[in-house]
Amino acid sequence: MPDSPASASRSRKFRGMVHINWDRCKGCGFCIEFCPPKVLAFSESYNSHGYHPPYLTNEQGCTGCDLCGLYCPDFAIFGMRVPMETSEAEVAVREG
Amino acid sequence: MKANPAGVLTGAHFLDGDQACCEGALAAGADFAAGYPITPSTEVVERFAARVPTVGGLFIQLEDELASSIAILGAAWAGKKVFTVTSGPGFSLMMEHIGLAAMTETPCVFVDVQRGGPSTGLPTLPGQADMMQARWGSHGDYAIIALCPNSPQECFDLMIDAFNLAEQYRVPVLFMMDECVGHMTEKVVIPSADAIEIYPRRFTSLPPAEYKPFKPSPDGVPEMVKAGDGYRFHITGLTHDEQGYPAMTWRAQEKLVRRLVEKVRKNADKIVRAEECDLEDAEVVVLAYGITSRVALRALQMARAEDIRAGLLRPIVVWPFPEKRLRELAERVKAFVVVEMNYGQMVYEVERCAGGKTKTVLVEHGGGTVHDPEQVLTVIREAAR
Amino acid sequence: MSTAPAVQAAINPVEPFLRSDRMPHIWCPGCGIGTTVNCFSRALVDSKLDLDKVAIVSGIGCTGRVAGYLRLDSFHTTHGRAIPFATGLKLANPELTVVVYSGDGDLIAIGGNHFIHAARRNIDLKIICVNNFIYGMTGGQVAPTTPVGATATTTPYGCFERPFNLPFLAESSGAVYVARWTAFHVRHIARSMVEAFNKKGFSFIEIISPCPTLYQRRNKLGDGLDTMKLYKQKSVIKNGANTRDVDIAFGGEIIVGKFVDIERPTLHQTMDQQFRQVLKDRYAGLGGRG
Repeated sequence: MPDSPASASRSRKFRGMVHINWDRCKGCGFCIEFCPPKVLAFSESYNSHGYHPPYLTNEQGCTGCDLCGLYCPDFAIFGMRVPMETSEAEVAVREG
Repeated sequence: MKANPAGVLTGAHFLDGDQACCEGALAAGADFAAGYPITPSTEVVERFAARVPTVGGLFIQLEDELASSIAILGAAWAGKKVFTVTSGPGFSLMMEHIGLAAMTETPCVFVDVQRGGPSTGLPTLPGQADMMQARWGSHGDYAIIALCPNSPQECFDLMIDAFNLAEQYRVPVLFMMDECVGHMTEKVVIPSADAIEIYPRRFTSLPPAEYKPFKPSPDGVPEMVKAGDGYRFHITGLTHDEQGYPAMTWRAQEKLVRRLVEKVRKNADKIVRAEECDLEDAEVVVLAYGITSRVALRALQMARAEDIRAGLLRPIVVWPFPEKRLRELAERVKAFVVVEMNYGQMVYEVERCAGGKTKTVLVEHGGGTVHDPEQVLTVIREAAR
Repeated sequence: MSTAPAVQAAINPVEPFLRSDRMPHIWCPGCGIGTTVNCFSRALVDSKLDLDKVAIVSGIGCTGRVAGYLRLDSFHTTHGRAIPFATGLKLANPELTVVVYSGDGDLIAIGGNHFIHAARRNIDLKIICVNNFIYGMTGGQVAPTTPVGATATTTPYGCFERPFNLPFLAESSGAVYVARWTAFHVRHIARSMVEAFNKKGFSFIEIISPCPTLYQRRNKLGDGLDTMKLYKQKSVIKNGANTRDVDIAFGGEIIVGKFVDIERPTLHQTMDQQFRQVLKDRYAGLGGRG
């Protein structure tokens, strides 16, 4: 892939992604409130403890800044930057 | 292993019990002590503060006995051989950390130079009324080992044993001196380092992945590690599992606390030590410890001069108590006479061992000075009848 | 792209620092303690410390549970005595970075005497104090940090005692590094922690944090999230502020920032220097004989 001046910028080469550890979430809402691009929201469904974990409302909008990860008091979410073409399936998340 | 010669002041000296206790600690390899001044124990740490920078290690005077008694535990988990020294009121303040040391199986020595109590009591005068506090003073169930020297020489010798027992069984060892023994000056012979046997810390040889901090060896005692070696271990005063993690269940409690108690109880025969004098034909057995045993010995000589068949049993290790020997004696003697500087503490142990088979008489004393041998002799005479 | 990209391995940045087998933790929804632990983990990464040489000591209480959740040499001690335990640990092995992580009740009420003396000595400890203005673990009793007017179970008609101003207490006792943030200030907290790790001496970081179950609920301040939003609104960053002026009033503004960053010889240095000077070649060092 040729590097044009535009694609050299971070925003074009990488995209953001969040990973949510569904059952660790206690639904405090910190990640949703403090997400800079506002791309998280409470999901409708419940986790095994009866809380509504967040979900990503707009995949393109996530910058992978990991502020959600820094705020989450339950270690249940984190953000990361992956190369633009990476799909969810290609990311192996190690839990625990 | 043999003692490190750096701390061993080999030779014949004229020392008081406090000073000899300090030399015992140094010979045993103590390289960390914390303390708070309190009469009549302070001379131990004063000497340690002067000596330890010249042999390697450190002393720090902290803001109170609470701090001193836990700072030594922190230092022990960094690999040091540790002790603290106190008396009466300070001993009361240290109770919580005797419990923490028992719960976390931290090798350490607590010296209590007993004075008259309760409360501020008689700061400069002797007592022997902390004997039950030594055994039971911290809340909850646990076991400790306690030694009771009756001379400056024993303050030296037994201090080495105290450290060795602390390392072998990973329990707090209580060194129960009294003001008389602490301030009495006598000849103390310190042997050469190669004549002093040291029980080394039971460090594990397992790699971090296989190591569990509270998994017991066959004798009930787990192997230890120290901070900074990559084990990333966890220590807590909460009831915990073998990994050291909190476990808030009755099963975990049963498993852990039973082991804490049994590692002393089941090894009691190996730990118990007592001096016997004229017991072969004795009809009356006098039980005394610490300074009181020396008064009792005089009374014994006076009794023998009157042809009373009296003997002395002096527990050197007071906890665990020499139960087995007392039960044997209870089968054949007329009486136990317990001489102690309190209104009845170890006498209850003797009574329990006597099991109603023989009578038990207490020669009590409130502390502040020692018994009069005549007072003891009178009771021996009565008991022999 | 002609070839498929390699599978990306990803892990929550806090995860390598956690005892994951102990998750989930006991902290309530909306409690800020876990947030501070994230900051701590980022600070450990940024400071590039050898983690085998980092030890963490906690006392008793909600924040006292932090030690038990971190994959470091970790010590959960007795109530109020984390600092003297850490003092023994640090003096015995000066190579360790020793962090004391505990709550306001533990460090400042029952442990207050140790706090001022450790600061006076300038022993090289990093004190992280999560201040939620109340006793959480025991169910919401008044603390030495509870603002006048706030209620607690043992001051049901409102607290009538003047609370400690922790940065002022730390500075006047001798701390060489003093900062205060709220749980909202995650990046500032992480940065302050790195600075404290790099500092030699008694370093103190106060983190104001929500206790939604007890302090916030009892005082009708909403939940954890409402509190975090309030922190954002009511905090004023004043680096270098005089610690005398950073008291916290009930419902008032919260002055945050780095207040103190000075140099002073540590206890270990002064001790070593004194012996060296006086004992000369008789000095055998503080290292022990083990």
